[in-house]
Amino acid sequence: MASTTPTPLDTAPPVTTSAGSTGRAGDKIFAGLSKGSGILLLVIMASIAVFLTYRATLALSKNEGNFLTTFDWNASANPPVFGIAVLLFGTVVSSIIAMVIAVPIAVGIALFISHYAPRKLAAPLAYVVDLLAAVPSIIYGIWGALFLVPYLGGLNLWLDEYMGWTYVFDKTQVGVARSLFTVGILLAIMILPIVTSVSREVFLQVPRMNEEAALALGATRWEVIRMSVLPFGRSGVISASMLGLGRALGETMAVATVLSPSFLISGHILNPGGGTFAQNIAAKFDEANEFGRDALIASGLVLFLLTLLVNGAARMIIARRKEYSGANA
Amino acid sequence: MKLQRKSMLRASALGALVVSGALVLTACGSDNNTKADSTASGKASAPAAGDIKCDDAKGKLLASGSSAQKNAVDLWVKAYMAACSGVEVNYKSSSSGEGIVAFNQGTVGFAGSDSALKPEQVEESKKVCTGGQGINLPMVGGPIAIGFNVAGVDKLNLDAPTLAAIFNDKIKKWDDEAIKKLNPGVTLPSTAIQAFHRSEDSGTTENLGKYLKATAPDAWTYEAAKKWPAPGGQAASGSAGVASQVKAVDGAIGYFELSYATSQNIKTVDINTGASAPVKASAESASKAIAAAKIAGTGSDLALKLDYTTKAEGAYPIVLVTYEVVCDKGNKAETLPTVKSFLNYTASDAGQKVLSDNGYAPIPAEINTKVREVIKSLS
Amino acid sequence: MSHTIQDQRPARAPKSVAPSRLTRGGLPRWAPAGIAVVSIALGCGIGAAFGLQSKIQWGLISALLFVTITYVASAVVENRRQAKDRVATSVVWVCFVLAVIPLLSLIWTTVSRGMNALDGDFLSHSMNGITSFEKGGGVYHALLGTIEQVALATAIAAPVGLLTAVYLVEYGRGSLAKAVTFFVDVMTGIPSIVAGLFILTTWNLMLGFGPSGFAGSMALSILMMPVVVRSTEEMLKLVPNELREAALALGVPKWRMILKVVLPTAIGGIATGVTLAVARIAGETAPIMLLVFGTQLINGNPFEGAQSSLPLYIWEQYKVGSEASYDRAWAAALVLIAFVMILNLVARGIARWKAPKTGR
Repeated sequence: MASTTPTPLDTAPPVTTSAGSTGRAGDKIFAGLSKGSGILLLVIMASIAVFLTYRATLALSKNEGNFLTTFDWNASANPPVFGIAVLLFGTVVSSIIAMVIAVPIAVGIALFISHYAPRKLAAPLAYVVDLLAAVPSIIYGIWGALFLVPYLGGLNLWLDEYMGWTYVFDKTQVGVARSLFTVGILLAIMILPIVTSVSREVFLQVPRMNEEAALALGATRWEVIRMSVLPFGRSGVISASMLGLGRALGETMAVATVLSPSFLISGHILNPGGGTFAQNIAAKFDEANEFGRDALIASGLVLFLLTLLVNGAARMIIARRKEYSGANA
Repeated sequence: MKLQRKSMLRASALGALVVSGALVLTACGSDNNTKADSTASGKASAPAAGDIKCDDAKGKLLASGSSAQKNAVDLWVKAYMAACSGVEVNYKSSSSGEGIVAFNQGTVGFAGSDSALKPEQVEESKKVCTGGQGINLPMVGGPIAIGFNVAGVDKLNLDAPTLAAIFNDKIKKWDDEAIKKLNPGVTLPSTAIQAFHRSEDSGTTENLGKYLKATAPDAWTYEAAKKWPAPGGQAASGSAGVASQVKAVDGAIGYFELSYATSQNIKTVDINTGASAPVKASAESASKAIAAAKIAGTGSDLALKLDYTTKAEGAYPIVLVTYEVVCDKGNKAETLPTVKSFLNYTASDAGQKVLSDNGYAPIPAEINTKVREVIKSLS
Repeated sequence: MSHTIQDQRPARAPKSVAPSRLTRGGLPRWAPAGIAVVSIALGCGIGAAFGLQSKIQWGLISALLFVTITYVASAVVENRRQAKDRVATSVVWVCFVLAVIPLLSLIWTTVSRGMNALDGDFLSHSMNGITSFEKGGGVYHALLGTIEQVALATAIAAPVGLLTAVYLVEYGRGSLAKAVTFFVDVMTGIPSIVAGLFILTTWNLMLGFGPSGFAGSMALSILMMPVVVRSTEEMLKLVPNELREAALALGVPKWRMILKVVLPTAIGGIATGVTLAVARIAGETAPIMLLVFGTQLINGNPFEGAQSSLPLYIWEQYKVGSEASYDRAWAAALVLIAFVMILNLVARGIARWKAPKTGR
């Protein structure tokens, strides 16, 4: 992370604009204060980055396994052996499952609220969805572990029986539904509200003219949506999904309560086992010695970079869309 | 502007309201749970307060570590704080490893650990204990119960090799020949076995591993370690996590400290040790096994060596001993009196009686005497 | 394809052989509801007949039937385009129902199980002297801890975030501003547990402070700052430039312009943003778990000694795993949800109360 630290602060040009340069003391103080807090933020961020990188390199330099390919996490042992392969796999797979389930449904709900629901219902519904975005993840976690897991048992057996030939849904190991698949479903439920509310905002911004024009041509409601709403909203939906993905990747407590962790990679997503970065940190941190903590920090750094990448992509898409819609406004 | 000022005024009034509300809330809470106490199931028997010497204990004492002794410490803390007003003892039950890490960082006054300090941990502890080092005081003994949940089966006998085969995924069904042979007359269903183990590093795992390694070296080839070594099975977090999974899942088997089994009515496996009859996990049977323990530590360090291969009549071999880890010299001045007074109570007859009343095994008298001597000498 | 149907309705198109598509018959208004009832009944029937255990399967089968029947009915009675439209409508409805069920179940479970232990004593007592398998005890110490930690975090993060946003919108030019913008984005991506690790290593281990509510607050404020900056920035950008120019033209110094014109204009949105950020961090578990240690006793001083917090309390009680502790966990979850919801409502209230006056 240190390599991405921005240009040194002292090269920044003077920031007071013409209006601020009248030399009044109040102005200087206020400008200084606000600039100061900006710098404070940078300092915090930079120190986190430096700290993470420093601790991570400490751990990596002593790792006896391959950080990328070792299927084990025994960082507190002597010599330490640990690798992120399983965690990367579990994180990506559970997030993909979550996306595959959540995005279509979220788009459906967003359309429902913006175009289908009776007007009187739409506003309270939108509100309820926003409220659900605020339910703390620990509560999703205990709900998932005590309620969802027992309920998904039957579905798992059924998928195994009829879809087992797909390899992915082949449940080769007995056990309750504490699998990556269940984690994916739980994550999907958790990110639904955020993806829905961003998508909804985008759908509501579709120029009224476009829709009315399509309606005037005799289009059905679905045709209006397909021809004018979805094309307009596509990039918005993509960025909403990315934001949801970012949240799914870093989710800690919900995964920690539901998953039965193990250090194996298995394509059979119904089998109990697997792990994610955040879950592994939460589960192992208590027990780890100082070096083990450094190793966990190294994995946290990878998660950090992954989230950064996803969020960055989302922001870029949003930024591009802004220009596009700005040109049309 | 006027309108805005007015509304800002209102906003600050709102803020003031919130703050004062919070302040009012601060005043109305209570630490006094004695009413709730009397209505609660009175199984947890608190000893008479008369045995507790508060001496000059004061202030707050933080401690953390093993979840195996949590239920015992809960009861001790309750009795101790009832007797010594103005003292707060806060034991965070997480895991042995966490406790030792916290101890070596100087965060806690003492740590609970299911296995004795390793040499490198002792080395590290010298930084915290000025002029001294970390020592192990055996305080709580307990059987590790093998809990099971098989529909229609109330009593189950297993021996070490079978247990090892179940836990490393060699035996997959409850009606396996090996299990049948040990349980004549019991109808076993063909349910798949779901073995649960601890997901995090754990002293309980290490002790079970030591037992299996000592008694069934052919079937259990893994080195005893805090991390679960065998393939297969499912993981759950903490003793309580394993216990609640075993309770909820048909066909499940798992291991945890006995008090988790008794408090949640989980059936436990009787172990066939080679003695005339299989031994049930209980405080008495575990005490018998622990009675044979020898002190392995030197000086004031009282780490024990346990005999897992015992064939003594009625001795339950899968046991663990939880140590309280403290500095022999150089304990922090502000917590030292409290540590001494609290541990003095836990090692006293009254304190050890709490153990046998609640499914734990007390420490054998001869070792306990030494523990009390060491506690007196702590500085 | 639909001649037979036209024959049945001679009144509508009495003479024409190929009637205008616009006037052709459609499904009655009650059709979707009717089809829904039929398909749910069928779904339950099939589920029961084949002995499918999971209610989820029953629901999925009903949903599938609903979409299929709608399509077929509409294709027969109306035409393909209409049928597609109907399918889209029903798919959207199904999506909505699919999503609402788990969310309702979550709320229902929390409320119904939470009520088991929730009473006046629960809210006003700590866990002092309650062993994990006993009933009783309360959440007061955790609630107090959460309120204090969140308040402290807000006291740190809100001013810094607000000033940073002011800097970015009103002063920020050049590479420093760009760097700040970029790093605010980066900061939003910090996994919460990493923020906890950072404070643990620096504040607790390097500087040697013991665990306290304040340490938790610092980690929370790291998570809160970028959210406050982002939302405040958006709100400040919405303030019309004309207002700024008018103020400056009157000779008002820039700082007074910002304090007296820009901020009051945007105060509603800013307050909403801050409140939502507060609601967000109130439910954070991971960093709190590492930093405040947790206690069973009331500790009103966030700067010294172990504190508890609601999410941590829920996690502890969940881990104990007895019936009594599950009840406590759910009741605490209910308290936490109520806390967060109230904050959200306050945010809404502020937004609504302030919105008309800003003249946006």
